[in-house]
Amino acid sequence: MIDFVVHDEGDSVGVVVVEGVEAGAELTGWIMDQNEDIAFRSASDIPIGHKLAIKPMKTGDTVIKYGVDIGRVVADIAVGEHAHVHNIKTKRW
Amino acid sequence: MAMDLANAAFRGYRRENGRVGVRNHVIVLPVDDLSNAASEAVANNIKGAMAIPHPYGRLQFGADLELHFRTLIGAGANPNVAAVVVIGIEEGWTQRVAEGIAKTGKPVTGYGIEMHGDHETIMRASKTAREYVQAASEAVREEAPLSDLWVSTKCGESDTTSGCGSNPTVGNAFDKLYPLGATMVFGETTEITGGEHLVAERCRTPEIRERFMYMFDRYQDVVERHKTSDLSESQPTKGNIAGGLTTIEEKALGNIQKIGRECMIDGVLDKAETPDGPGLWFMDSSSAAAEMVTLCAAAGFVVHFFPTGQGNIIGNPILPNIKICANPRTVRTMSEHVDVDVSGLLRKEMTPDEAGEALLEMMVRTANGRLTAAEALGHREFVLTRLYESA
Repeated sequence: MIDFVVHDEGDSVGVVVVEGVEAGAELTGWIMDQNEDIAFRSASDIPIGHKLAIKPMKTGDTVIKYGVDIGRVVADIAVGEHAHVHNIKTKRW
Repeated sequence: MAMDLANAAFRGYRRENGRVGVRNHVIVLPVDDLSNAASEAVANNIKGAMAIPHPYGRLQFGADLELHFRTLIGAGANPNVAAVVVIGIEEGWTQRVAEGIAKTGKPVTGYGIEMHGDHETIMRASKTAREYVQAASEAVREEAPLSDLWVSTKCGESDTTSGCGSNPTVGNAFDKLYPLGATMVFGETTEITGGEHLVAERCRTPEIRERFMYMFDRYQDVVERHKTSDLSESQPTKGNIAGGLTTIEEKALGNIQKIGRECMIDGVLDKAETPDGPGLWFMDSSSAAAEMVTLCAAAGFVVHFFPTGQGNIIGNPILPNIKICANPRTVRTMSEHVDVDVSGLLRKEMTPDEAGEALLEMMVRTANGRLTAAEALGHREFVLTRLYESA
């Protein structure tokens, strides 16, 4: 059972691909490019399609997904926490 | 079992100019907003004729007017269209559109409403539409190689599953179609923001790369000039954000999964411009679904790959949209809109190659005549791109 997927092993976030993930849930992840499994405990309720942090991030850090910069951290994010518009913003526009 | 792609074929309608269509529409095409009522009346009179109403065509000028004509002429010229009745408020621009379409060799007649009124125009146009529909009904599909198929792509209401499921499925299919000599297009200029360096790397020559970056930078200037925020909720959309996408960069990196990993970009097109050879083309375009798909139809594409995450329900009157979805919740709650379910990719129950082949198999079935979900549901969104205010 895969609960979340990660594009690349260097990424700082994964994507939840099942419904009903609650804080405290033990999650199995799949790193697609390297085809490896990882495990994390969710620290938030996270809807399907939303991201969880798999690396700790501080305000001002760059968020990496697909091995590429997807924006900047605007509020600290602990491992397993929901990572979205409340703590990440674009670097463009 | 793996598909024998090199020998795969579809059955389509070979048109007067050699292009092959997968639909056999007779359309009633208004030149302007004022002519929608007469066009819809003709389509109501003649079974099998389809009106394509839209809100524009008056007091446009310059590049915006050129795009209007290019889009209407391109839609009529599309090989999915057998014949066209054009209706406009006055004779001049009506004949300009009709003459543009006539260059394909297909039957087309234009009717201006002034000096006649709606009643007489509807009667005259209905007689022609009836003849066209009866002639088109005798057209016979013939076998054609996949190299005769022009395939466009644009995604919509994307979420994070688009980037790991449905968009890579399109990319896998494009990588398989490319060596066969198919003609393909992608676009969505602002929706490459954050991944433009990756697209630039895929351009076949420095000249193509330069033209791509010119188009990209020009569109960035439009955003910078008009923005009142960081565009969050517009690009990415409110639906994208509800689906878990956070920034334009993240959305863009998912978006460009649609161009696969191997095929190269062979050229850059202006909006609604027709490619002059096979390969993968970039079209400068809006990222709004119906605008972009309409531009693809106007450029001559006959089948469209439309990946979605949250469930964009778009269709087009001329260009069949095959919906691909990897989000298991969307597949469950909006199944009537989904043609190819690739949610198994996210459960390791399906490989990328299996997903790509499932899409290509649906592409051939669609080309052979299977109605897409959007066609069966009556989605006919025809939306003209405007460049600026009317005069």
